[in-house]
Amino acid sequence: MELFFFSLFAFLAVLCGINVVLQHHPISSALSLVGVMGSLAMLYLGLGAEFIAMAQIIVYAGAIMVLFIFVIMLLNAGTETGRGKASWTAHLLGAPALIALFVLLCLFSTRWFPNSESVKFGDFTGGGAQQIGYALFTDYLLPFEVTSVLILIAIIGAIVLARKEID
Amino acid sequence: MEPSAVLKSLNGGVPITWYLTLSAILFALGVAGFLFRRNIITVFMCIELMLNAVNLSFISFAHQHRQVSGQLFTFFVMVVAAAEAAVGLAIILTVFKNRSTLNIDEIDTLKN
Repeated sequence: MELFFFSLFAFLAVLCGINVVLQHHPISSALSLVGVMGSLAMLYLGLGAEFIAMAQIIVYAGAIMVLFIFVIMLLNAGTETGRGKASWTAHLLGAPALIALFVLLCLFSTRWFPNSESVKFGDFTGGGAQQIGYALFTDYLLPFEVTSVLILIAIIGAIVLARKEID
Repeated sequence: MEPSAVLKSLNGGVPITWYLTLSAILFALGVAGFLFRRNIITVFMCIELMLNAVNLSFISFAHQHRQVSGQLFTFFVMVVAAAEAAVGLAIILTVFKNRSTLNIDEIDTLKN
């Protein structure tokens, strides 16, 4: 059951992730990214992070991606035009660096945690709204408040950047 | 090891390293898109993909250590991603208004 659940959504996430990179139209990439976020939310549910899973769907897939699609439609962004002249360095150095990065990450995850336990559903149920809220307003109160200031700054910055100049 | 032996050793669960490997795959895909794509909006979306990959690692570790702190880090990453998306898309809008292009190769005023 766990294995089937993991395989299904991991496969879906990787498939949509490949689609994000390969699609030539930004809208297709954005919709694939929504697929990645949905599958990851299901995996979070399996890992006992219920609140984060719902926040992932509402905030990421619901708010941030809608913002992206909104901007794509606003700018009327079409398919990519041909490759720029500078991108051969990225192609020459990027592919080996990419493979090296992937192998390093896999090595890190398998070597440092060789005998890690298996994930079973229901093992850890500390990710409900109550536990998250309790931790957020006791141990992590200062980061939480700082985050609100950060969002305020982001709102003001976005308005300043996007407004029309008034002469 | 034979596939059936692997399945038996899993004992009905999924090792945490599989989650970390999935996270690595998604992160590498994000880096690939960041390097190879020329559209500034797609590049931005690949950054979001990398953030999501890291979030999966955080949640896996939170499950392994039976602590809620890792999930809170994911929460903060989400908030920062939302702020980043708002400001970044505003910057993209301004760039498009001034340069009328979305190709990152043509936005090279700061180069040289």
